[in-house]
Amino acid sequence: MDWLNDLFLPPAKSTLAHQTDTLFWFVHLSSLALTVGLIAVIIYFVYKYRRQSEDEVTPLITHNNKLEVTWSVIPLVLVLIVFGWGYQVFMNQQVVPDDAYEVTVNAQKWIWQFQYENGARSTGKLHVPADRPVKLVMSSNDVIHSFYVPAFRLKQDVVPGRYTEMWFNVPEPGKSIIYCTEYCGTGHSDMLGEVIVHEQSEFEDWLAENSGGGSKPEDLAPAEWGEQLTQEYACQTCHSIDGSQMTGPTWKGKFGSQQQLANGNSVEVNENYIRESILEPNAKIVEGYPAVMNTYQGQLNDEQINAIIEYIKTLK
Amino acid sequence: MDTADASSNLKKIQVERFKPESDPDETYFTEETGIWSWLTTVDHKKIGIMYLASITFFFFIGGLMALLVRTELWTPAKTFIEANTYNQLFTLHGAIMIFLFLVPSVPAALGNFILPMQLGAKDVAFPRLNLLSYYLYLAGAGIAVFAILNGGIDTGWTFYTPYSSSTGGAVTTMTFGVFVIGFSSILTGVNFITTIHKMRAPGLTWDKLPLFCWGLYATSIIQILATPVLAITLALVAMERILGIGIFDPALGGDPVLYQHFFWFYSHPAVYIMIVPGFGVVSEIITTFSRKHIFGYWAIALSSLAIAFIGFLVWGHHMFVSGQASLASMVFSFLTFLVGIPTGIKMFNWTATLYKGSIDLKSPLWYIFGFFFLFLVGGLTGIVLGSIALDVHLHDTYYVVAHFHFVMVGGMVMAFLAGLHYWWPKITGKMYNETMANIACATIFIGFNVTFLPQFVMGSQGMPRRYFNYIEQFQPFHQISTIGSYILGLGFVMVFYYLVKSIFRGEKAPANPWGSRALEWQVASPPPLHNFHHTPVIVNGPYDYHKPMDEFQLGLADSGNGHGHESDVELKTDGNTVEAE
Repeated sequence: MDWLNDLFLPPAKSTLAHQTDTLFWFVHLSSLALTVGLIAVIIYFVYKYRRQSEDEVTPLITHNNKLEVTWSVIPLVLVLIVFGWGYQVFMNQQVVPDDAYEVTVNAQKWIWQFQYENGARSTGKLHVPADRPVKLVMSSNDVIHSFYVPAFRLKQDVVPGRYTEMWFNVPEPGKSIIYCTEYCGTGHSDMLGEVIVHEQSEFEDWLAENSGGGSKPEDLAPAEWGEQLTQEYACQTCHSIDGSQMTGPTWKGKFGSQQQLANGNSVEVNENYIRESILEPNAKIVEGYPAVMNTYQGQLNDEQINAIIEYIKTLK
Repeated sequence: MDTADASSNLKKIQVERFKPESDPDETYFTEETGIWSWLTTVDHKKIGIMYLASITFFFFIGGLMALLVRTELWTPAKTFIEANTYNQLFTLHGAIMIFLFLVPSVPAALGNFILPMQLGAKDVAFPRLNLLSYYLYLAGAGIAVFAILNGGIDTGWTFYTPYSSSTGGAVTTMTFGVFVIGFSSILTGVNFITTIHKMRAPGLTWDKLPLFCWGLYATSIIQILATPVLAITLALVAMERILGIGIFDPALGGDPVLYQHFFWFYSHPAVYIMIVPGFGVVSEIITTFSRKHIFGYWAIALSSLAIAFIGFLVWGHHMFVSGQASLASMVFSFLTFLVGIPTGIKMFNWTATLYKGSIDLKSPLWYIFGFFFLFLVGGLTGIVLGSIALDVHLHDTYYVVAHFHFVMVGGMVMAFLAGLHYWWPKITGKMYNETMANIACATIFIGFNVTFLPQFVMGSQGMPRRYFNYIEQFQPFHQISTIGSYILGLGFVMVFYYLVKSIFRGEKAPANPWGSRALEWQVASPPPLHNFHHTPVIVNGPYDYHKPMDEFQLGLADSGNGHGHESDVELKTDGNTVEAE
């Protein structure tokens, strides 16, 4: 049975995932039995009562109330079991334990950003402690996204203008993929992330290291820090660094070049232009590209923007 | 001709038998000819055929888009088209298949042709309105095509806000097209309900109404009640886009989840608009090819109505993870399971109909058995998705994609093809190649399963839908699915080929090639312009296969125009006279 389970379902990593799986198999196996049974009866009838001659007369059988009641009530009982069971597991998924560790999730096209109690931030990678309930408080900056971790069997839409919640408890350290499952445009299928579950002490170390937000500039050159930041903020979901065509213009050889704009003007790519493009992406739209980028106002500080500019300068 | 002795409360009606002509001189094709006679026709049969041609055209356009989508998914990331093009393709595939093919397929194409004949009427109640519905459909389709060529849309067929309020492209034009098509759907519904109430032949009481008519009746109720909500919703989206009125977009102070409520309030019942008429087709074909009375007539008829009504109360099951209240999710989940029961009842009754029948495995019945298996899988995976905890995992994954394709293609398209094969001799007066029909049916069945079964596995593993790019783990499943879609496409092309070929080279069809008792088979193939040269008189139910054929071919002896006769009277016959109570 394990191989069958592995074929159909991803590894079950959260404490509640097994509850979903048991129900999953209960419904599927009983459905399979019903399908096989019904199809077998049909095949038997089709063979047994195949037309032997053109003059055959069939008996008049109009209905049978006992049968009708039987095949209404039995399925009704079965689906009510599935209903109650499904609701019960759902309520377990909904009711957040009191001692849950809280992380704020912010979604926007096409990145996941996470913010922790001490001001630490991460993008794309959600760091959480093992064996402790974690509660996510989520909202979106633009359109609806949906936060989905198959290994936890959990999914919750992330809606602009309101907060939605989700909680899980993962006993073992490890990594699990995050998908966006509400269609959000060009980069929808690249809006991936990762839940990284640490041992409690390891998590505390990570948290302390990243307190105050952002990376540590002391031991890094500005361009190196810029490169790190562009990875954290998943800039390369849309902007390539090797000249290949993506949702946004490539950065390769961009600095110092003349940029043709959609309004017919052209502009020199310098520090001011890049800064403006990060903070007010729709001010100048590059010809041939959709105006889909979000502002990073309030997310990147001046120092970080400078580092990113230094990094772009190195991409000759 | 004999006359029955009339007691005081019995009315005498003189009837005679009208055997259908085997080789009619005059048919609805020959009585009025020329392109103008088609474009201005008020004949329900010609309008039905024009619908059939239009939906076939859009089916192949939508199908082509599906093949492009599947081909692009052969490899992760870009195979041959860009992400934005891909997003437009799956959006248009969905929108075209649903609004331009599935919704009008059985009701407007087959229903238009068959419904009046099954009622013994010369036409629908409002023939001109019927023509107007067709032109509204065409106008809406034209606007949609215009939108596709002028910017396209990339919102998904669901037009979810605030994405649809903010994205570029021709969203406003497209929603206007869907808005116009909605009116076509509403008018057809009004027309059918009136026709079923007022145009039944003498003796055709509600308990003798063919189940196809019951299916269309239930469908029409949904069309009339649900479609206006879609129209209003799309109008609100357009107002938001054009005038900047905040209704759904939180940036303007609106509520995006409200949109989902509005949208699914139409679109869930719309699923039943697409499938309930298919149920009607199944009942007709099962009885004809097993030559047996339907098992549980009232159970099947009333379950269609039950589905129509409960179907209005389950829309929230599309929104279990949207952030709606847990209590709302519980209620919607509960009602969703209730709507599954009448559907199950139908399956059991159809199976019981086969018991002690005289089963002739002709191609329409093969398609019905295809329907049986595929719809069963589609329905049972619906039970899986109706269970809230499981939906939390499976929502918006390929599991859902596979589920609704099993219902919509495996269920509705198979039922539509079954109906098309069943009534083709009546519609065209020609027989198609039976061997090719069986091969095509098998090809479609195999192609379909190869395409969509792997998607259940992928979805359970977590593969989200509407993904241009995917992680490598899913590639084998995507490739099997893509190969399956080519087989499936080939099957549909085969059907198109031999059906069209039969029009030119097919054998002449007899009036009643299947030996059916239903009224539409008691006239010539193809039928005369006004369906019946006489006023049919109904004494038996449409599935009374234990009665001789001549009792199904009775008509008023005096030539009448078919109007002014009471249909709500019980008629009894001893062969050639009829007593009315």
